[in-house]
Amino acid sequence: MTIKKIATTIAISLISSSVWAGCAFENNIELKSLSNSFEAMKSITESMAECGNVTSTLDVDFKDKQPEAFAANPSLYQIGGVSNGTMVPLLNAGTIRPLDDLVAKYGSQLKPSQLIKVNGQVMAIAMMVNNQHLMYREDVLSEFRIAVPTTHAEMVAAAAIIAKYDVVDYPLGGTYKAGWNLGEEFINNYLGNGGAFFGEGNAPSINNATGVATLNTMKSLTEYMDPEYLVSDSTYVQQQFQQGKIAMATLWATRAGAMDNAEESQVVGKVIMASAPMGTALPASTNWWDGLVFATNMTDEQADAAFRVAMEGIDTEMVLANNDDAVWLIDGYVAGSAAAGAIATADNGAAPYPSSSPGMGAMHTALGNGIAAFLTGEKDAATALADIEAAYTISATESGLM
Amino acid sequence: MNQKTFLAFIGPSVVMMVLFIALPLATVLKQSFYVTQPVYQTLEVETCTPTFTGQLCVKEIKTIPTIGDNGKMITQTSFVGFVNYQNVLELPRVIKAFANNSWRQFMVIDFWKALRFTLSFTLVTLPLVLSFGLIIALCINNVAKSIRGPVIFVSLLPMIITPVIGALSIRWLFIGDGILTSFLEWWLVRDISMFAQAWTIELMMMFYRVWHVAPFAAIVFYAGLQTVNQDTVESAIIDGASRWQKFRYVILPHLMPLIVFVTLIHLMDAYRVFEEVIGFSSQAHVISLQWLTYDFLTSDLMGNRSIGRASASSMLTMIGITLLLIPVLRGVWIDYKGKRL
Repeated sequence: MTIKKIATTIAISLISSSVWAGCAFENNIELKSLSNSFEAMKSITESMAECGNVTSTLDVDFKDKQPEAFAANPSLYQIGGVSNGTMVPLLNAGTIRPLDDLVAKYGSQLKPSQLIKVNGQVMAIAMMVNNQHLMYREDVLSEFRIAVPTTHAEMVAAAAIIAKYDVVDYPLGGTYKAGWNLGEEFINNYLGNGGAFFGEGNAPSINNATGVATLNTMKSLTEYMDPEYLVSDSTYVQQQFQQGKIAMATLWATRAGAMDNAEESQVVGKVIMASAPMGTALPASTNWWDGLVFATNMTDEQADAAFRVAMEGIDTEMVLANNDDAVWLIDGYVAGSAAAGAIATADNGAAPYPSSSPGMGAMHTALGNGIAAFLTGEKDAATALADIEAAYTISATESGLM
Repeated sequence: MNQKTFLAFIGPSVVMMVLFIALPLATVLKQSFYVTQPVYQTLEVETCTPTFTGQLCVKEIKTIPTIGDNGKMITQTSFVGFVNYQNVLELPRVIKAFANNSWRQFMVIDFWKALRFTLSFTLVTLPLVLSFGLIIALCINNVAKSIRGPVIFVSLLPMIITPVIGALSIRWLFIGDGILTSFLEWWLVRDISMFAQAWTIELMMMFYRVWHVAPFAAIVFYAGLQTVNQDTVESAIIDGASRWQKFRYVILPHLMPLIVFVTLIHLMDAYRVFEEVIGFSSQAHVISLQWLTYDFLTSDLMGNRSIGRASASSMLTMIGITLLLIPVLRGVWIDYKGKRL
């Protein structure tokens, strides 16, 4: 054996040992995970990878892939990252397994609030909560002596003042990208105004005064946004903030940490988190949780390994290293200034995302597709809402809900 | 060639075509008349979920799909006739829009909105692709032989780029304060938002498609130019034909079959416009028929997909392409028959 070969062997063994240095055990079973892509998820999957033999796919279109991938036998992924919304199809199809025995074996670190239970069985392990709340440029607001807005009307008034001066490109930002994001904005605002989505037998009930008021509020905000708001998603709004182009926006709590990331942000320390603006009843926001699920279609051996790796991924060590990535549910988390907005929103009584209504999936899609026509002026509010109800009715009838 | 050899030659391709084209088409046709639904049951379910302060347990009566003994969701498939087609075409709303004499009301119905864009996209890009293709081909044909290779390579580049990547690059050039938007803003001294209204997005889409497809047309025409009968060209020059007359009466008629060929291919491709809608995330302003099919197929948060409506919309797209091709094919047929006589 030449010296070169020996050196290579040593180098490789060093690499592989350092791979599981942050993990309490060495994982020998090939595991794959599929989840959404955001900062906190990156931290978790990187921490899981330290155990070795874990391949993680982080994909913003994960929700389109997950149901089919988990329905395969054997499942294409052993570990899935879900939220309260995206867990439902997996739960309905029975492709994720109950975790009670695994929790008893390996889950001593978990807090009771992390266990997602359906009819008494643990079906998922939550690690963080999330919602959309107000972020604002403290320097801009104090320069013009504007109080922190607590309602959308105040937000619009503040935007009108800021727009007169040339401090930012656009006073407001918003995750108004047509499709899922735009639907989510309506749901936040409509629930904030105390609206109900469904009547008797999953029939839609959004074409009412609350619905019209909600649409008008949204439109009044868009007047102070980048005119390209219909293509702006969370990442786009986050970048607008980081580049100092906007002064206020309602954005996900998971994006708060990025404002103070000196590598990307030009506004470090200037963006402050506050409660989501109030609707007439509740904050215009919904509470979400994110968690991990495990496939039904895998061997018990794989399930054991997958669960242990996941526990390593969401342990206190990971939280200590990535405290400001999210509002963690995990032991060791200290709520910092980045979490202030999310917690204030929850304290003000934000509702959970209504994922338990069976028609919500079809409703969210219909809203996401239908609201743009009102914002662009193609339709008036009542017509837009009536058309959304019609689109929902077709989908719900087709899937057998009505 | 005797019949046996002939059959042996075309046999494999016929089998392939049946297997990979005819059968899938037949399945889609069948699916467009059926709807598959889960069998629902109504149960009281207790769910415990985390909140910001602790845990929240709720008991609710829920409609949830039934899971069978094999661990799979029980579904039922029923024949629904033309219901899927009706749901795609939304004819009652069309009739209402016409009764109100309102183009605007007509244009907010998804299918017709998509059809309007798809048709105008196809018909506007076609002449542009043909003429730019011809111009590029003539240019290549006229440059010095020594640099012809590199010129051909460079002019083919847009076609080599993966469509979605190409569309995304154009998107990044123009979105927000992209390089080209900033340049235009500086040049025209005004604020420009290319993604804020439908017509600018449509312009960018057409620009992108012509940029992407013209090289294909060019290379086909360039190949055609190599086979122009030089005797005819020379006699035309001796007869005193101008450059334009030479092109109009000798070269163009020679290229005609190729022009028809490129037209056919482009009509089929452009009618299935899709990458542009995704690449430019234009769904708020502009949608195409193929995007509509894709949207039906995308599952919602609860995992439901509209396979039936997606199939119906695919069949309608196919019918649309066929109708569009008929005039061109008819021309070819008449021409062919004329030659045989």
